[in-house]
Order: sequence, then structure tokens, then C-alpha cells
Amino acid sequence: MKIGVCLKQVPATDTRIRVNADATAILTDDVKFEINPYDEYALEEALQLKAAGKATEVITFTLGGADADPRIRDGLARGADRAVRIDDPALAGSDALGVARALAAALKAEGVGLVLAGRQAVDGDGSAVPAMIAELLGCAQVSWVDKLTIEGESFTAQRAAGGGVREVVTGSLPAVVTTDKGLNTPRYATLPGIMKAKAKPIAVKKLADLALDASSVGAGAALVSFSNMGQPAARPAGRILKGDSASVVAELVSLLHNEAKVI
Amino acid sequence: MGNGILVYCEFENGSPRKTAYELLQKAVALGAGPVSALVIGGGDTSTLGANGATRVFQVDAPQVASYSTGAYVKALAAGIAASGAATVLAAASSPARDAFPRLSARIGAGFGVEVTDLRNEGGKIVGRRPVYAGKALVDVNILSAVGLFTVRPNSFPVAAASGGSAAVVAVDAGLTDADVDVKVIDRVAPANKAIDLTEADRIVSGGRSLKTKEQFDEVLRPLAAAIGATVGASRAAVDAGLAGHGEQVGQTGKVVNPSLYIAFGISGAIQHLAGMRTSRVIVAVNKDADAPIFQYATYGIVGDLFEIAPLLTAELRKHS
Ligand SMILES: Cc1cc2nc3c(=O)[nH]c(=O)nc-3n(C[C@H](O)[C@H](O)[C@H](O)COP(=O)(O)OP(=O)(O)OC[C@H]3O[C@@H](n4cnc5c(N)ncnc54)[C@H](O)[C@@H]3O)c2cc1C
Ligand SMILES: Nc1ncnc2c1ncn2[C@@H]1O[C@H](COP(=O)(O)O)[C@@H](O)[C@H]1O
Repeated sequence: MKIGVCLKQVPATDTRIRVNADATAILTDDVKFEINPYDEYALEEALQLKAAGKATEVITFTLGGADADPRIRDGLARGADRAVRIDDPALAGSDALGVARALAAALKAEGVGLVLAGRQAVDGDGSAVPAMIAELLGCAQVSWVDKLTIEGESFTAQRAAGGGVREVVTGSLPAVVTTDKGLNTPRYATLPGIMKAKAKPIAVKKLADLALDASSVGAGAALVSFSNMGQPAARPAGRILKGDSASVVAELVSLLHNEAKVI
Repeated sequence: MGNGILVYCEFENGSPRKTAYELLQKAVALGAGPVSALVIGGGDTSTLGANGATRVFQVDAPQVASYSTGAYVKALAAGIAASGAATVLAAASSPARDAFPRLSARIGAGFGVEVTDLRNEGGKIVGRRPVYAGKALVDVNILSAVGLFTVRPNSFPVAAASGGSAAVVAVDAGLTDADVDVKVIDRVAPANKAIDLTEADRIVSGGRSLKTKEQFDEVLRPLAAAIGATVGASRAAVDAGLAGHGEQVGQTGKVVNPSLYIAFGISGAIQHLAGMRTSRVIVAVNKDADAPIFQYATYGIVGDLFEIAPLLTAELRKHS
């Protein structure tokens, strides 16, 4: 079985954000990019499944420009066998569904049996692309998985289902599984890994290679648009309470009760 | 082109969750046509009308007794079609967060994820949501006939119900056992049934400075119990084993939106702020007067948490 890992680059989480002139997106010129942290869990899980003999090949899939190649190389250096990057001018302005269409087409073309993706990409925090891929592939999906086992054609996964409830679920492959923190501890690339990665291929695909019609992706096919991007209003300056411990605590409780009215 | 707003109302133990009322009342306030409710599974729907629904669309079948993506997406699609609504709202909690993106792809409806605000712009509902860990906000405009939004819990106030009743319309989604694509084979409820962090109205959080799990439990949990708060933690605290994975607040943990967030010995790293910066009132207790958390705190105490926390617990008990 081949495992497909969706791998996206996102701004490092401590990056300062600047908004572009038409307030639709951020400026990316001096932003430092990283592999989306949840995609690191996805890649690690795929590599562990392969090491356990549950998979024959780990392929990463990225939709993006050549500027994503250093992150893709990082994935190869950690142990992915090869990479597919989808890049076509017609993809510009795609919304989550457009991105999912392109990724689904590429995953399908490779005959991937298990798709591992992040719970969310920590740029737009969209949490949408993987479930859309599952719909387009017509297969099962499981979100926020922190324990995964594969047995033959079936999977068993554990997930936090909200309200503190833990669920154990089972279904058959092919499936799309999204990762949560706790699934594993991602490895870093080693020097030999980095050397080996230099020889591993990154296949760049155009829409035509995926038999995708340009009208199904890009701004023209988008179901949503973004506008009016701005910084959140600054929080009003807070108040530091002064005095000995007993009196600041008394003052705090009185403020929470009388001023903020939260207790 | 549809009309009005449909609210997918989540149920727990046979009754609507608070988020159902929050969204029904907001839907009425948006003034974009009739408001209806969508219920999947059984339960007491009698309070939905009083909170603003004029009709309740209900899909009930054995296949939706517990959640599975396949059956729920099908049920949601059928409910939306029956309602004819132009906008569908759901709380951004477990079922909708899993089902809505797939639903969006299935019915070709634009999807705004985890919005924290909604407005009516000439009849079109526009969502606003945080992106880049809350460092920016952006409007989500729907370009399709139907628009879907998940809404972060506690984004809107809940007032007392103001009367009214709703007719219940049964919807047949044509569910079969084949729709239950992923089967739940075990569910483990938490030992102490605290409110889920993402929905909690009060949170008491601790950082790595609590040092041991024993101290974390002794110092913070009684304080949280005194005001009915849910316990949260920084990632450093979780990684050090002081608190559970499910208790982590932040960009790679839970995003919370309470009216009161009390942070003990948390420095206020950007990834932690990403999870809690929309809290209405933030209290920070930290021995370092220059800790970044103080820039976001409504009230700050510079001091040793091991001294402050027990005093605060005692003082809060007097109030409850
Ligand atoms: C990709 C990525 C994702 C991340 N995701 C998250 C996330 O989701 N959530 C998260 O929280 N972090 C996250 N982090 C980690 C984050 O950057 C910080 O390392 C973490 O939040 C720090 O936790 P802390 O505040 O407990 O510890 P520290 O930063 O070490 O701060 C400890 C604080 O306690 C104070 N203190 C010490 N002793 C006392 C005392 N006795 N009384 C009072 N105050 C005291 C100190 O002055 C200090 O301010 C992430 C990091 C990365 C790189
Ligand atoms: N452009 C992309 N290239 C590769 N994978 C992606 C891309 N966008 C989203 N994904 C995958 O989908 C997950 C969730 O992304 P999102 O829905 O944008 O939050 C990410 O963690 C990735 O695994």
C-alpha cells in the first residue's frame, strides 16, 4: 500500500504578520516557512507504518510553488520516498475545495491507499481540505486521530470526540486520516537523510497531468472569497494590581465580581 | 436561491446544548429571513421554538444514534435541502467540524470555518474569523447559493428565551447501514465530567512553573472547582506531564473563548495566546513583571503563584 502525506508549508508560528494592500492575504516576502506542525505528525506516522511493514511507499503531496521545495526536501530527508508538487497558474485564487480537487486528483493518480493529513494548517486554520479530499475520493475520513493501527484492509483509530470523550473507531481503507498532537513524536532529518534526499525526485504536476479541468479550480471556481483582512483590535491596557498578596487577591475578586461581572 | 437561516442544533443527553440557543438567537438577530432548526437524532425539541426557530427539521433514524461522518453528512444535506435555507450555522464542535467541510464539497456550498462574528450585509451573511493564530481577522464571503458556517462557541451572548413555538418537520434522509462508514466501537467518557475547554465559560490554566503533576493538581484544580471552571494548561506543562493532552490551550491545542481565563505562571508565548486571546477577561499571575502575558491581561498580579493561588481559592469560595 502507498501512503500519501499532505504536506503544506506555513509561516513559522511566531512570525509577525503583515497584510497585503487589498487586505485579502498576508505578505509573504520576509516570512520564514516551516512544515505545518500537524503535517509533521502525518509524515512521522506514515514513516512508522512503512517501517512496520504496513506500507510500501510514502509519498508527500503539496500544492504550491517552488518556494515550498525546501520543506518538501525536508520531508524527503526525514524519510519520504518521493514527492509530488502540484503547481499550475490556473490554481491561483483556489479556495479549500479547489485545493482539495487538485490534491485528490494527484492522490488518486498515484493509487494511494491511506491519506494522512494535518488536522489543520496553522496559517488559515482551515480544517477543511482533508475532509473535502475524502469526499472527492469517496472514501472514509477520521479527524483528530492520536492513535492509529492498520490491519490489512481496515484501520482502527482513537480520537478526542469533544466533551472529553474518547472514541475508538474502525473502518476500511482507503481512508483519509487527520492527525492530532499526541499521535507520535516527529523525527528530525539526519545528515545522511539530507544527503539521500538530494537524489529523491519531486515530480511537479500541472492540471493537464492530472486530467483536471482549469475551470474546476482557481478563483473562478471558488465558493468563498476573503476580504477585509486586518489586525484584531488591541486589547485595552490591563491593570496590574499592587499591594500585598492578601489585598491584591481581595481586590481581584472584587473587580471580577463588580467590574468585569464574570463571577 | 434559498432563504433564511438554518441552525444545526447539537444535543447532549437528550437536550439541546447551549450553543444551539446561542446560534438560534444570533440567527434571529441577523434578520435574514425565517430561522429554523435542524436536529439529527432524537431529543426534546420543545425549547428550540422559544429560542427563535419557527420550524424544526428533524432527521431521526437508527443510523444517526451515534456520530459517523457518512450518515451525518447525508442527514445534514437532506435537512438543508428540506429547509431551503440560504445560510446554515453550526457550533464549531466535534460533529460539525468533522462533517461540514465534507458537506461543503458534497452540496457545493461555500464554507466559513470557525467564525467568531457574523453580520448581514444587504441580505448576505458574512462571517469574520481569526487566521494566523489570531494575529489577523478576515471576512469570509460566500459566493455560492448556500453558505455554511461553523461558529466558535461563546461568540454571542445567550439571553433568556422569549417565547414562541416551532412545528417539527420530519425529514427522511434515506439512510441505510452502508452510510455508517466509520463505526464507533468504544467511547470512554472522562472520569470528571468538566465542560469541554472549547465551550467553557471559565478556565483556570497553568504553565510549566507548577513543576509537578501533584502541585498542578493541588494548586489549580480546587481553584477551578471553586468557580466551576475547566482546567487548561500550556504546552510546556502538558509536555512535562503536568496536565493531559486534551487540556492544552493554544495553536496546537484547544482554541478557547471563555468569559474568564485565569493564567498561572504562563509566559504568554504567541502559540499560547493563539488559543485564548479572544477570552473576554484575562487574569495573569506571574512572578515576572515583564512576562508577555501581561500585555493581554485585563488584570495582572505580579507574584508567586504558589502564594496567590491558595488565597484566591479561599476568596473565590466565599463568592460561590
Ligand atoms: C509549533 C509550536 C506550537 C506550539 N503550540 C503551543 C500551544 O498550543 N500551546 C502552548 O501553550 N504553547 C505552545 N507552544 C510552546 C510555546 O512557544 C511556549 O513554549 C509555551 O507556551 C510556554 O509554556 P509556559 O508559559 O508554561 O512556560 P514558560 O514560557 O517557561 O513560562 C513560565 C512562566 O512562569 C513564570 N513563573 C515561574 N515560576 C513562577 C511562580 N512561582 N509564580 C508565578 N509565575 C512563575 C515565569 O516568569 C514564566 O513567565 C508551541 C510552540 C511551537 C514552536
Ligand atoms: N496546499 C496544500 N498542500 C498540501 N497539503 C495541504 C494543502 N492545503 C492543505 N493541506 C493539507 O490539509 C491539512 C489541513 O489544511 P487546512 O484545511 O487548510 O487547514 C493540512 O495540514 C495539510 O495536510
